[in-house]
Amino acid sequence: MATEATARAPKTALMRTTALSKSYVQGEFSGKRFVINAVSDVDLEIAPGCLTALVGGSGSGKSTLARCLAMLEKPDAGEIWFEGRTLSFENLRELAHVRPKIQLVFQDSAGALNPRFSAAQIIEEPLEIQHREVGAKLRARACELMEEVGLSPDWADRRAREFSGGQRQRLAIARAIAIKPIFLILDESLSGLDLSTQAQILNLLLDLQQSHSLTYLLISHDLTLVGQVADYVGVMHQGRIVERGSPQKILGDPQHPHTQQLVGSVRVLESAFRTARAGSGR
Amino acid sequence: MPAMSDIASKQAFPLLRIRELTVAYCGGRPSPPALHKVTLDLWPGEVVGILGESGSGKSTLARSTLGLLPKGTHVSGSLLFQGKDLPRQDLATVDESSWRAIRGAKIAMIFQEPGICLNPVMRVGDQIAEVMRAHSKQEVKQRKQNCKAILQEVGFSNVDRIYRAYPHQLSGGQLHRIVIAQALACRPAVVIADEPTRSLDVTSQTEILKVLKETHKRLGSALIFITHNPALLAGFADRVAIMYAGRIVEEGPVLRVLRQPFHPYTRGLLQLFPNSLGQAELGHDRRLPVIPGSLTVADQFAPGCTFEPRCSERSRVCHNEFPAEEILSDRRVSCFHHGN
Amino acid sequence: MRYFGRRLVHAGLLLVGVSVLCFLLSDLAPGNFFDEMKLNPQVSSETIVALRAQYGLDQALPVRYIRWVKSVVRGEFGYSFAYNTSVSSLLGLRARNTLLLTALATMLAWLIAVPFGVWIASRPGSWTDRLSMGGTSLFLSVPELVIVFALLWLAIRTHALPVGGMVSTGFDRSGPWEKLWDLATHLVIPVTALVLASLPILVRHVRASMIEVLKTPFIEAARAHGISRARLLFRYALPAAANPLISLFGLSVGGLLSGSLLVEVVTGWPGLGPLLLESSMSRDLYVVVGVVMSSTVFMIFGNLLADAMLFIVDPRVRVE
Repeated sequence: MATEATARAPKTALMRTTALSKSYVQGEFSGKRFVINAVSDVDLEIAPGCLTALVGGSGSGKSTLARCLAMLEKPDAGEIWFEGRTLSFENLRELAHVRPKIQLVFQDSAGALNPRFSAAQIIEEPLEIQHREVGAKLRARACELMEEVGLSPDWADRRAREFSGGQRQRLAIARAIAIKPIFLILDESLSGLDLSTQAQILNLLLDLQQSHSLTYLLISHDLTLVGQVADYVGVMHQGRIVERGSPQKILGDPQHPHTQQLVGSVRVLESAFRTARAGSGR
Repeated sequence: MPAMSDIASKQAFPLLRIRELTVAYCGGRPSPPALHKVTLDLWPGEVVGILGESGSGKSTLARSTLGLLPKGTHVSGSLLFQGKDLPRQDLATVDESSWRAIRGAKIAMIFQEPGICLNPVMRVGDQIAEVMRAHSKQEVKQRKQNCKAILQEVGFSNVDRIYRAYPHQLSGGQLHRIVIAQALACRPAVVIADEPTRSLDVTSQTEILKVLKETHKRLGSALIFITHNPALLAGFADRVAIMYAGRIVEEGPVLRVLRQPFHPYTRGLLQLFPNSLGQAELGHDRRLPVIPGSLTVADQFAPGCTFEPRCSERSRVCHNEFPAEEILSDRRVSCFHHGN
Repeated sequence: MRYFGRRLVHAGLLLVGVSVLCFLLSDLAPGNFFDEMKLNPQVSSETIVALRAQYGLDQALPVRYIRWVKSVVRGEFGYSFAYNTSVSSLLGLRARNTLLLTALATMLAWLIAVPFGVWIASRPGSWTDRLSMGGTSLFLSVPELVIVFALLWLAIRTHALPVGGMVSTGFDRSGPWEKLWDLATHLVIPVTALVLASLPILVRHVRASMIEVLKTPFIEAARAHGISRARLLFRYALPAAANPLISLFGLSVGGLLSGSLLVEVVTGWPGLGPLLLESSMSRDLYVVVGVVMSSTVFMIFGNLLADAMLFIVDPRVRVE
């Protein structure tokens, strides 16, 4: 149902939030209750076909924001637009229509994938639930997807726990793209992986972005990584987006004190390394 | 940082001398050895970085120095430990009862994931005190005081509150500092840090590294720093050993290896870092530079170089035989094409 | 604190519910106390009617229930028709006997199960472990009744122990040491039966929980710091493995009054078991209700105790 508000929403953004807020109440036994403002008053625009990145330290609210955008959590306040229409948790039918278009890939692949399921079962699950394929075609599609993410279809019957960390993330990505979403949220999906595996998975994601016309939201605390691949960066701190812009601008000339602190830390961490490498004349 | 020669002249024998260490786990199916003829020296006071990815055998190496390998694991080669005022012993053959005197007291490990490596129902202060209790006789009060002193050393300010806290009440960075405190509690001669900053955000990473550097400087123990991120080693480690598929493929002083890597694997790893922060250095196909492929079991059983299938410099000889180790002044490398 | 307040309210509601059900079901069961008497030709029907009125059995169920509740509030639990005495004094005596038995058996069972379970968990797959597993399987599959009979048969054969009952004749006349000895010898069979019946489950739970904990990374990390084996088992692993065991302990405490019925009846131990059996058969209503309610109270108490202990022992529970 298009309201005046949605008519005003820019058609160019794929997804848009206004004044999004979400808080959690955590109670201690003694009766004291703490209210944690995980996300406060966030305005965010996701441009289609791009890779938008959200960076920030732990506790900055990135994951909560991701879950709100994936429609897994109901925000306490604010509005979310997707493809020009408001999304609301009340309108379940509309939500059911929208949900398959937004998929989430988690960080802890070992935790996110059922270790007893075989690779094929993991990929087939969303296809079955969404009634996209049945029977033999189901397995064929699963194998197709495995190949697309760089896993050999011979491993279709291997249990998830037998895969390495990088392979599990590929599996998680295969599962996420199975029902042909248009928006993929990657919540720290590359953290904890070896650097070379990270690079390979990133390249895979970039390939998939082209072939499937995907839009990405990458949530990460790794500024170097974000600087390499993002088209647009938002910096989160204590539930708010404190700075946004192109990666060159954010990393090269940070304005907000928190961003400056983050970028400063990265520079300190990598300074000795860069000095050493600089002398290599590569 | 003291030069190798200075240290060497003061003591004839290194703290830890690993020679041809080969470790093979006993599983159902035949698997390649986790460590293959690993050779490494560790001198007092120095920091040696072990750079490797998952499957490189770095964790196995760490475990071997503490005798934490599962029963029945085949171990050959020698792991000689020469502690101060101690007889030289071969850690590869030490029995379980003698291990207790070494673990935590002479050689200590800082574990990777402190969240699961701390007892969830015991206060963290007590967990540090337990390590002390296992190795020295002290009054409870005295021990508690020492614990609090160590907590201050690793950078905690409200020590009393931290002492009484349980692991689930502390943040990731704080937990990392607790396991560092545990490892340093008995002032061991060798500290092994196994990926001490894994999964931490960048601010916490710099904090932890700072703590490690400071405590290392203060205590003077030798440190083995295991990581998959070379950036952490620059400015900290004296030497670095790069591991691939259970072998050390290159070793040398950190700055020189970074400036001029000999082994193609090392070069590939270092290439993953962009020249400067924020500059997207994707190739014209807009992709990141990668080391293609991945390590498979088949590669490890092959007679030739294990890295050969993924190597950009490979040639026929690489496929047929494994390159012997070459020693060039202060560096070692196992590659037929390191000169390129 | 609010949490426990809520639990107490729930407990109260539970007690009310159980008492109502008890009354209802006893009433629904065919017959009443005086049916036996009716069969006796010497007793006239007028006497029976008078007796019924005297005991208030001719009134409607809700009225009787309210009267019972009122007396409970005053501290009296009704009257036993068969024993001709107040229920509370009867219950008190019998409950004491039962508790003597079950408390001893429970304590013994736990004191054996915990160290033993910890010990075999530290060496899984060894022959002691396999023997213990076999033994526990055996005793789990053998019914409690059979165990009691086997012990009684043994006692008869060897003349070593008194067969059944709580005390021998002439108990009141003996001195304090003889009394103690007499009681002790009478306790052996029922306590052994109870311990043998409950030990296997406890050992298995302790072992399972410990094995689970011994696999965790923090145990290995502690080992890597040179903590001794004994300390690892009892100071590190056991507290971490305690959660399921505490729940089990709550159940043990909860079953103190009700768990020994069979053993008491077969060995003739004058506890709540035989009392419940008798009074159910003879429709001695208030005794039945009294026994059931006291068991319920213990059950509730056992659960609350388990929750309290969990709260004290596990810091993670305190956060919720």
